[in-house]
Amino acid sequence: MSQKGLVIKEKIVSESPRDHLIRKERFPHIWCPGCGLGTVLKCYVEAIAASSIPEDKHVVISGIGCTGRIAGYVRLDSYHVTHGRPIAFAEGMKIVRPDLEVTVISGDGDLVTIGGNHFIHAIRRNVDINVFLVNNFIYGMTGNQMGSTTPLGAKSSTSPYGCPEPPFNLPLLAAALGAPFVARWTTLHTRQLAEAMKKAFQVKGFALIEIISPCPVGFGSYNELREGKDYIKLFLENCIVDHSADLNKAAISLRPGEPIILGNFIQREMPSYHDFELEVFKKAGWLK
Amino acid sequence: MSSELRLLKPGTYFMMGNIACAEAALIAGCEFYAGYPITPSNEIAEHMSRRMPQLGRHFIQMEDEIGSIVAVLGASAAGVKAMTATSGPGFSLMMETIGLSAMLELPCVIIDVQRAGPSTGIPTFVGQGDVMQARWGSHGDYELVVYAPSAVQEFFDLTIEAFNTSEWLRIPVVVLSDEVVGHMYGRLVVPEYDKIKIVNRKRYNGPKDQYLPYSCEALVPPFVAAGDGYRIHMTGLTHDERGYPSLEIEDSHKLIDRLVMKVRKNSKHLWKYETLYADDADVVVVTFGITARSTEEAVKRARAEGLKVGMIKLLTLWPFPEDPVKIASQYARRLLVAEINMGQLIHPVREVAECPVAGINYPVGYAPPPEYILDGIRAAV
Repeated sequence: MSQKGLVIKEKIVSESPRDHLIRKERFPHIWCPGCGLGTVLKCYVEAIAASSIPEDKHVVISGIGCTGRIAGYVRLDSYHVTHGRPIAFAEGMKIVRPDLEVTVISGDGDLVTIGGNHFIHAIRRNVDINVFLVNNFIYGMTGNQMGSTTPLGAKSSTSPYGCPEPPFNLPLLAAALGAPFVARWTTLHTRQLAEAMKKAFQVKGFALIEIISPCPVGFGSYNELREGKDYIKLFLENCIVDHSADLNKAAISLRPGEPIILGNFIQREMPSYHDFELEVFKKAGWLK
Repeated sequence: MSSELRLLKPGTYFMMGNIACAEAALIAGCEFYAGYPITPSNEIAEHMSRRMPQLGRHFIQMEDEIGSIVAVLGASAAGVKAMTATSGPGFSLMMETIGLSAMLELPCVIIDVQRAGPSTGIPTFVGQGDVMQARWGSHGDYELVVYAPSAVQEFFDLTIEAFNTSEWLRIPVVVLSDEVVGHMYGRLVVPEYDKIKIVNRKRYNGPKDQYLPYSCEALVPPFVAAGDGYRIHMTGLTHDERGYPSLEIEDSHKLIDRLVMKVRKNSKHLWKYETLYADDADVVVVTFGITARSTEEAVKRARAEGLKVGMIKLLTLWPFPEDPVKIASQYARRLLVAEINMGQLIHPVREVAECPVAGINYPVGYAPPPEYILDGIRAAV
């Protein structure tokens, strides 16, 4: 959380050309020092500015949690819905308004733990939405409880003896479900991340980017990553970029010597839910 | 163009309740249906899956009832009328999102074809056990409208009314049907279209810099859809008039007050009910849904026996139609509340009644036979 009573008297930076995409009146934001979410927000805004899609057609939908607050800081049509449900909300919106560029930005706990069912089914249907899943390995906002992405053995407020469950390997899961675009980057890889986001806007169908993001105040405080720079060191020393990696080996353990594999793993063309629905409209007689 | 590619034409039909409900939704302008299979509501989804694509509208079968109602809200946020249909277990799963609908002020219609319960209960049998859940099921303070049909025609009429009310007040509206009304075949008269009132949510099209999505100027703020260019923010967090999260007591108070008052202050416009022999009755039976059909027969037989008995059939359950019940209780010696549960609607009746109130309860999975209600009436007289 931001520090109460902190008054910034001087104007530190000049206006940014992206300011019109940020609800600055809502700052200071709630994110902790060292958090990666500001970087995710910046990359998203850069990708929107660089996309050929009009800003008014971009919609962002978030669930609950630290990442869920992104919807509130972006000056776009933005919806902050119930815990685990932004993908289902996005599906309803995209199906009735295929012209909108609908992006879900939410956390790991929100999207693949409580919301896991919607995640797998939206990919199976290949609904044309973008999901930017920020993975910090923990439930930050509620006080650092373990989740379905917490590495085996990692500590948290509800895994004092080490997480007793293996985590999801999300790129493998999404690829197995048939997603046409699957990528993973960290908040250190800002250019690659913004580029992947731009690609995701262009993808026909479901595009997933897993974004590995630091949480020094939460996850890090339990797992020897107490400073933002500890995460940067972790990313610098352990990340391997391999676009054609074997996704069976892409699980994240955070154990020394075991890499975090990054890349734009899957890029393929396939029919989306919208194409399937047009076929239904033809069979029903609505379309010729 | 084949006749299938149109709305149901004005005329007289013999139709199943659930199908009449689906056709009513099409006439009301429903553009998006999301649902999950559950007995005894399935005919609504099945019919919609065939009919919606014929009209270029959207049907999706979701992975569960939570996904269904959330997708409905996503479509509503995009500016279209949207609905789902379910029964008890699915209705339970939808509760959290009914609160989100109320909080974001995204209109939606939920059909609950009640079955015998609790839990899995008897899926193919009838119940009326969702009366209190429909009103109080989601956490926190909010209000919504619940209608209850007792016949095919009423299921049709109240489904259109549900869309109209949800669009007018920007609230979730529940049509609390039941297995018997859903599955019964009955007479349906579809009026000429120009005689059917259709309400669409009020849209804002003023200057962008002056738009307050949750303005307290009126009880119901005007709506903008995703893609309209207003850069709206909606959140389930308690919010100020801009839609931004707020911890200020004043913002919270203004918001909650408005969410509740937009229903309460319009209660009298929302109450729908019918009375039979209630003017001179010593005993008045208050009832709804399929139980009202049995009660009507029982009341007629009681009158034939010379008993001064009347009834009030509630078509609106929430906000509870206080005035007709209160007035009846000022003349009658006793009110009876007939329902297929162990006593739910009896509570708001007791709250307003000025005479003793007793229940006629029949929680066995069947509509109570008229004799059962007549026995209850005789005991009260």
